[in-house]
Amino acid sequence: MTKAPGIMLKGQHRIGDRVLFDTDLQIPAAQWTCLLGRSGVGKSTILRLILDLETGGTFKGSIAATDGMPLAGRISYMAQSDLLLPWLSVLDNVCIGARLRGTAPNIGRARDLLHRVGLSDHAGQKPASLSGGMRQRAALARSLFEDRPIVFLDEPFSALDAGTRADMQELAAEVLRGRTVLLITHDPAEAARLADQITVMSAQGTQNWPPPATAALREINAAETLACQARLLAHLRGMAA
Amino acid sequence: MKLRDTLLALVIGLGLWQALVVATGAPHFILPSPWRVAQAAYKSRVIIAENAWITAIEVMLGLLIGTVLGVATAIQLAISKTAERLMLPILVFTQAVPVFALAPLLTLWFGYGMGSKIVMAVLIIYFPVTSAFHDGLTRIDAGYRDLSVSMRAGTWHFMRHIQIPQALPSLGTGLRLAAVYAPIGAVIGEWVGASRGLGYLMLLANGRAKIDLMFASLIVLACLTVILHVSVGILANRLTWYAQGRSRP
Repeated sequence: MTKAPGIMLKGQHRIGDRVLFDTDLQIPAAQWTCLLGRSGVGKSTILRLILDLETGGTFKGSIAATDGMPLAGRISYMAQSDLLLPWLSVLDNVCIGARLRGTAPNIGRARDLLHRVGLSDHAGQKPASLSGGMRQRAALARSLFEDRPIVFLDEPFSALDAGTRADMQELAAEVLRGRTVLLITHDPAEAARLADQITVMSAQGTQNWPPPATAALREINAAETLACQARLLAHLRGMAA
Repeated sequence: MKLRDTLLALVIGLGLWQALVVATGAPHFILPSPWRVAQAAYKSRVIIAENAWITAIEVMLGLLIGTVLGVATAIQLAISKTAERLMLPILVFTQAVPVFALAPLLTLWFGYGMGSKIVMAVLIIYFPVTSAFHDGLTRIDAGYRDLSVSMRAGTWHFMRHIQIPQALPSLGTGLRLAAVYAPIGAVIGEWVGASRGLGYLMLLANGRAKIDLMFASLIVLACLTVILHVSVGILANRLTWYAQGRSRP
């Protein structure tokens, strides 16, 4: 993996005549940025703009990496839906990226990654036989296989039960260390645990919110985590009102 | 039990048939009894088998060629937007021409032999296979597309590793239809002009007032179609299970 860059996004996004957002977002290098905000405010659109995916609107402005190199091909992406291909084994799903690029996958590395996310015993199974948490771990291994310096996570843990979610947060924090991570989440507790930078998005734009003073990954029950979570929740509720 | 139900339905059907013969008192050259048909079938077993074999080959080849052409067309349409824009209206328009009306022309072009019947079967199944598979190829989960873009997938690799496997159940649906249509195509072709095949045998028997032989041929044709339908159904189920990552229902 090359050195992880930060990302700068500055500009205005319109859907038809309506301005969805007008923002100046800085995503710091090699840190976790958690992006929160009401549904429909444009969080996923920001992620899609940077990934150069279809957004159904037009963006005027600039998107760039802090190291001046192009962003294309340096970002891997993980969504709320695991997007595992049901007809492939877990192992083949992990290396699907290589096949989609028409190159021979490094099976040994895929096995190592499955071991890292604790799925070694399930490499040959089909996704349908796995639990929701195991499927997201497989999706995480697939992201890691891409070995990109930037990783975008669009609510990947939101459909998991509370215990599995906490486990996944810890696993993701561990395996994605050193990469620039943008996590979209609705969960203030998740942000308070994981974030180096918390960014709250509204129609007025993006605004940074102070994370706990301690370093991520934080204990769920640490006083700073809980206090940050409570303040953040109150802020989000205030915005909705 | 499924087999028991099928046998029961068969017995009921034969019973109704016999009852109809008795009740109407129709002469055997109008409506032969099941027993008479069975006798005719046994007596003419060689000629029926020979002609059934011909029809079966026509249907199988038609099915095979039609499926290959349909699959290739669907993939081409799904890869190229231009091809889709140009070809799809033409495809739909050709469906407005009843294939039956083409049969005399096909016989003129491809002769009295098996060729014209195979072309007929191909024409009749080409559209359902193309349309069902194309539908499956293009109705793809948007998430897969996003993921592939972020992975910098090539168009053809995306088609091969994601679109085609995901569309296999739709192909199965098209094949089920094709299995029912293909025998119709072949038999129509035989009616219009042939010297062999079950359709030919039926016309011949009808012309000579051998209605019992005609019934026997008809039943053998129905059996062929059912066998084909069941076999293709098994294949279609396997395609669906594969795409869903299961080995059983």
